[in-house]
Amino acid sequence: MPTLPAGPPVISASRLSKHYGDFKAVDGISFDVPAGESFGLLGPNGAGKSTTMRMIGGVSQRTSGQLTIMGLDPEEHGPEVRAHLGVVPQQDNLDEELKVRDNLIVYGRYFGLPMSYLKAKADELLEFAQLTDKASARVDALSGGMKRRLTIARSLINEPRILLLDEPTTGLDPQARHILWDRLFRLKESGVTLILTTHYMDEAEQLCDRLVVVDKGRIMAEGSPAQLIREHSTREVLELRFGSERNTTVAGDLQGIGDRLEPLPDRVLIYAHDGEATLEQVTSRGLRPITSLVRRSSLEDVFLRLTGRSLVD
Amino acid sequence: MTDATPSTEEAAAPPYRLSAHKPEVSARRARTFGSWYYAEHVLRSMNSYKWTLLASSVGTPVMYLFAMGIGLATLVDRNSEGAFGGVSYLAFIAPALLASATIMTAATEFTYPVMDGFKWRRVYYGPHASPLNTDQIVQGHIIAVSTRLTVTTIIYFLIVAAFGASPSATGVVAVPVAVLCGLAFGLPLMAYSASVEEDKGQFALVMRFIVTPLFLFSGTFFPLDTLPVFLRWIGWISPLWHGTELGRALTYGHEVPLWLAVVHVLYLVLLAAGGLRLARSVYARRLGK
Repeated sequence: MPTLPAGPPVISASRLSKHYGDFKAVDGISFDVPAGESFGLLGPNGAGKSTTMRMIGGVSQRTSGQLTIMGLDPEEHGPEVRAHLGVVPQQDNLDEELKVRDNLIVYGRYFGLPMSYLKAKADELLEFAQLTDKASARVDALSGGMKRRLTIARSLINEPRILLLDEPTTGLDPQARHILWDRLFRLKESGVTLILTTHYMDEAEQLCDRLVVVDKGRIMAEGSPAQLIREHSTREVLELRFGSERNTTVAGDLQGIGDRLEPLPDRVLIYAHDGEATLEQVTSRGLRPITSLVRRSSLEDVFLRLTGRSLVD
Repeated sequence: MTDATPSTEEAAAPPYRLSAHKPEVSARRARTFGSWYYAEHVLRSMNSYKWTLLASSVGTPVMYLFAMGIGLATLVDRNSEGAFGGVSYLAFIAPALLASATIMTAATEFTYPVMDGFKWRRVYYGPHASPLNTDQIVQGHIIAVSTRLTVTTIIYFLIVAAFGASPSATGVVAVPVAVLCGLAFGLPLMAYSASVEEDKGQFALVMRFIVTPLFLFSGTFFPLDTLPVFLRWIGWISPLWHGTELGRALTYGHEVPLWLAVVHVLYLVLLAAGGLRLARSVYARRLGK
């Protein structure tokens, strides 16, 4: 069920696969992304997200399946496809020998953009990335968050309508992440199609209109964050801690409470529509958890339900 | 479309106030000029340490010319008159030093910076995600290094000429020959460097066991035929010997039969072309993983 009016998809993948020998990094995934949508690939490390991104980015060849970007096959029209994209790779690859502003200009030259355009554009993007006062600093003098913002600014130098972001905020502190999310949200508002991979469910919930949950190279589920939570989880979750010794043994005493029970090593999760009412049921059985917390279901719970594992391990 | 949101504050406007040319134009330009775009990037990076480069371009030849061409030459010229085809020892070694300088520079530029591109700072992956293709990244890198080699060699040649060590009018042609010599050595090395997944000191070994022996046994400081026959092969396979022989013919009229001159040029061109071809395929394989 697309959340946006259906136009022709800007990205279309059908039974897309990438194998390295016997290892199936991407194993037959299909999805369409309409223009202006913010589409996420959510999954743990090694799920095949980055490999998928590299195929979309036209830098890695697929083993089988179909893939088009703006109607073009990246293996036949590499330069044309890549000219449409802005790419933020998982690892920054800025040129540390160049100054901050020169990194933008040099990158813009790859698109054959003239200097008159690039000088003005670089200043504009530095402002957008809140790096204006660092324009003539060396890249190695920047913090991790600043480098990330510079990489995003660099990806925008050609004014792409499609932006690929591979784990844009991994390794950043919470404040730096919020600044980045704000910048990305503004791009989304301006109609740029965002394709992002993440293993943070809060990031996916903040930025994605629609996402696929990927595990072991396959799509496990697809939908908007709210839809996925509705379909694969309950409205609320009650988290109980009984101490690491007792979490699993107490699970037997909790049978029948809530819709579903998930005993983890460090806590027990009870999925239910009403968390407070569920907690009352627990205490009425004479069980006394050390801590209890009622929260809304998140994509983490969806992932746990679908794969039996946590996202970040 | 670019102004889809009625923004309440100016800062919230998307960063699309200018307008870039269309993606089709980017792709077309990249297809035509991509190698030059990447060369421009590498040259800009080199520019950030240009004084170091210039100082070594001037300092190295002056040092060698003084030590060998003046210090050692005084002794050599006094004791073995006529041993070097009737020219001074300085004139004899000057073209060899010219060609060795390009090989040394190429050996630096096509090892660690290649590793940097793939692994340390992953510099190649930026252009790789842009409209450029892998061949253009290879060629851009080569164009930039060739530019540096040319500048270095011109400076070197001017110093040699100032020492009076290039009497022939054709001497200046030794400059492009020396650059070719650097590429004949450098491009196969570039392909090798691109295949190195992890630096376990291979580049130091290349310097010690390839560059240094070539420097010593390629007829650099004495004619190759003064070496015992079983060592001469080092010179025959060495681009430095071929480059040096050509250089000598050009700077002081050292006699080289035409067929041999053709062999010298062909050998250098083949090494460079083979290296380029190999480098292109190694880069494509590694970047496209």
